[in-house]
Amino acid sequence: MVGQSRRPPAGTAVDARPLDRPREAVASSRSGCDGAADMIRSLLALALALCALSTPARAKDELVLAMTQTPGTWNPLISSMLAKSLIANMTARPLTAYDADWKLVCLACTELPTLQNGKARVIDLPDDGKDGGKKGMEVDVELRDLRWGDGTPVSSKDVAFTLEVGKHPLSGVASSEGYKRVIKLDVKDDRRFTMTIDRVTFDYNSIGFLLLPAHIEKPIFDANPAEYRNRTAYDTNSTNPGLAFGPYRIVEIVPGSRIVLEQNPTWAGQKPGFKRIVVKIIENTAALEANLLSGSVDYVLGELGLSLDQAIAFEKRHGAKYSVVYKPALIYEHIDVNLDNKLLGDRRVRQAMLLAIDRKAISEKLFEGKQPIAHGGISVLDPMFSPAARQYGYDPAAARKLLDEAGFATLKNGVRHNAADERLSIELGTTAGNRVRELVAQVMQSQLRQVGIEVRIKAEPPRIFFEAMGRRTYSSLGMYAWVQRPEGVPRSSLHSKEIPSAANAWSGQNYPGYANPEMDKALDAAERELDVDKRRTLFAEIQRLAADDLPSLPLFFRVDPFVIPKALKGVTPTGTLNSSTLWVEQWRWEN
Amino acid sequence: MSRYLAARAVQTAITLALMSLVVFVLIGLMPGDPIDMMISGDPQMTSEDAARLRAMYGLDKPLLERYVAWAGQALQGNFGYSRSFSQPVLTVLWPRLLNTLLLAGTAFVLATAIALPLGIWAAQRPRSRADYLINLLCFAGISAPPFWLALLLITLFAVFLGWLPAGGMADVRPGTPWATALIDQLRHLALPVVTLTLVQLGAYTRFMRGAMIEILRQDYIRTARAKGATETTVLWRHAFANALAPVLTVLALSFGGLVSGALITETMFAWPGMGKAIYQAILDNDYNLALVGLLMATLATIAGNLAADLAYVWVDPRVSIAGDAA
Repeated sequence: MVGQSRRPPAGTAVDARPLDRPREAVASSRSGCDGAADMIRSLLALALALCALSTPARAKDELVLAMTQTPGTWNPLISSMLAKSLIANMTARPLTAYDADWKLVCLACTELPTLQNGKARVIDLPDDGKDGGKKGMEVDVELRDLRWGDGTPVSSKDVAFTLEVGKHPLSGVASSEGYKRVIKLDVKDDRRFTMTIDRVTFDYNSIGFLLLPAHIEKPIFDANPAEYRNRTAYDTNSTNPGLAFGPYRIVEIVPGSRIVLEQNPTWAGQKPGFKRIVVKIIENTAALEANLLSGSVDYVLGELGLSLDQAIAFEKRHGAKYSVVYKPALIYEHIDVNLDNKLLGDRRVRQAMLLAIDRKAISEKLFEGKQPIAHGGISVLDPMFSPAARQYGYDPAAARKLLDEAGFATLKNGVRHNAADERLSIELGTTAGNRVRELVAQVMQSQLRQVGIEVRIKAEPPRIFFEAMGRRTYSSLGMYAWVQRPEGVPRSSLHSKEIPSAANAWSGQNYPGYANPEMDKALDAAERELDVDKRRTLFAEIQRLAADDLPSLPLFFRVDPFVIPKALKGVTPTGTLNSSTLWVEQWRWEN
Repeated sequence: MSRYLAARAVQTAITLALMSLVVFVLIGLMPGDPIDMMISGDPQMTSEDAARLRAMYGLDKPLLERYVAWAGQALQGNFGYSRSFSQPVLTVLWPRLLNTLLLAGTAFVLATAIALPLGIWAAQRPRSRADYLINLLCFAGISAPPFWLALLLITLFAVFLGWLPAGGMADVRPGTPWATALIDQLRHLALPVVTLTLVQLGAYTRFMRGAMIEILRQDYIRTARAKGATETTVLWRHAFANALAPVLTVLALSFGGLVSGALITETMFAWPGMGKAIYQAILDNDYNLALVGLLMATLATIAGNLAADLAYVWVDPRVSIAGDAA
């Protein structure tokens, strides 16, 4: 009920503060001073009055959010950025998205196309000399009755235009692969169309791109596709109502400071709980917390907000006013092992390392047990998770035994050496500035030392670290995280064709250099398999091989801490790249 | 004068050209090109995508060739587009420059207005209790890390007392009466300005105090006093004018900071200024944005030095525009 909504406790407290305790505290601390103190008191009173008068009274139907990243270009196709997605998901909707239960749902379409409901089919692709003889798929989609903010209906023309931009080599779209998969678009009418996909794939109905308004963007694109990325209306006329068809539209952007959104009058879905949403950009998390406590901000977006340790401490101090939701996310913290390093080539060494790291203790000591241990790249919450794959507990005795078996049996100054007198001393690289990650590295360094493995920590700025990973010039280990999606096939990190090299322009993310024909076969088959049970079997094989070979050492699945005022209802963390703001219309104040 | 200014203009142009080359090459030589960063963040990017994007942004060409192309465009007034924001560089930087000038300029004026009289006052009574106290506060100001000072002020005035906003530039919406908007702007400006002022105040005060103490020891000051000049005349006419020259140098060197911004203060108070923009541009390999931002800071430093040189002539009659003693 919008009319009965109220501000959060923190906001209420701010208005009360200048009038009570602090003023008394100031007065009492200065009592007994001379005339100068009187003057200071007068000035202070004047300042207080000024502050009280000028404090902007926030409307009850306004919500002030904050996040730690500044969005770059606003065009949804050019570059991917979480900050941009969080806002874009309030102003538009992808055709499909994964909900909070990690189930694929229709957002801009009427019904999810599946093989079962007949809206998706496997077909023989026409023999055009290129794709002839191959199988492909047809997917029927019907758009919901949606309108852009200027009243123009969202139509199949927008879908066609979006695909055209996505595929165009000069449009500036970073990854064109998803668009190129659609080799044909049959427009049936304004809201119905059929897409032909160039392959048989399990994720045929995951259509996650945001639509571009053809009536605004097409003339700009047609004029000069190479200049489109610099002329797009998203950046030259960002407050144009015709760019939004979601519950909100952008009405003001103060670069680097704030974005203001207001209800989109053409939105036909559930009426949003707020007339206006202000999103502030506060990059420092300590300042972010201060803003939250001072009432300048009502709610910090969990996807780009407080760090886990901050949220844990915050909950202890302010748990009465805020609910802290620790949503396990598909952010996979792990250590890639450079398999070209001969010290690490033997998988027994890698297994020993994982057995020697007490991940449970790290999670409990550093994260109060909130961060779940990863047994591999597939989350326990993912429908494709297989409990049959080997899981590694903390067992330093078994680790020592394995290292002995691998030939590192001689201890010199507490560090193992092999028969060739090679010292088991390795480098652990990670991203500098990530306090939690640096702390984890130090704990692991100590734990590995206990089984005779010397670890040298090397924290580098992300751009330097990721260049070393991408060019495979890192010496031994690299600790970082992958962002995944539910039921995602880990092809890019495990398939041998995805090993970065000069030949493939350093694309691919198989940074360990892992090559196993069995794994390649399972990955290829899992992508093509449409039967869920059979796909689950293939996923089990992928997880088994990865757990045995350990090209990467699994650590944790990160959690997104959502610090939500208790009066704010409807915020549902998802833990996926489909952010909670996709359901922003459900947010509202309640008593 | 005009000949001198023309010579300085030529010097400035040469310095800017050299700086642009150095900065361009340094940024280009930094590890990690933008496409590598994109690949690490997007598993779906293919080798074709990588090659296409490298060609599109001109990253497949040698560094010097890219510089020559950029410089050619820059001479025609086209400084290129920001890769991150897909907007002309000047469009991105202009509002941030104004924000930084507002913040850093206010802090600079405040710090100077307080530091100069305070330094003179302390110099008049060296080794007194007041002098010791001022010195102590100056060292505290110089030593206090800006992020700590900022957090302290935010905690006290925004969280605990709730008097002032914890960050941002303004809370008002378009159409708000100008008086309300002005007060709102001042409230948002208060804490970052105080932080920056306190950080600068100590150094300026120490310079002013040191210069004045040095001058007050000179024979001509004793002579002036012996001739019966009042203390005010001695202080302002004889001592201050002579003590000002070295302080002007320090102040002039601060001009670059007025444009390049105060990264930490801007970050802590969510103030969208040049410091944050340049820092992020370097991190993101946004060549054009970083380059033009740094060149603006260079230009401001050069302009500050030119202003200081001209001011020397004004405050010290012994100095001529050609640099010869009169």
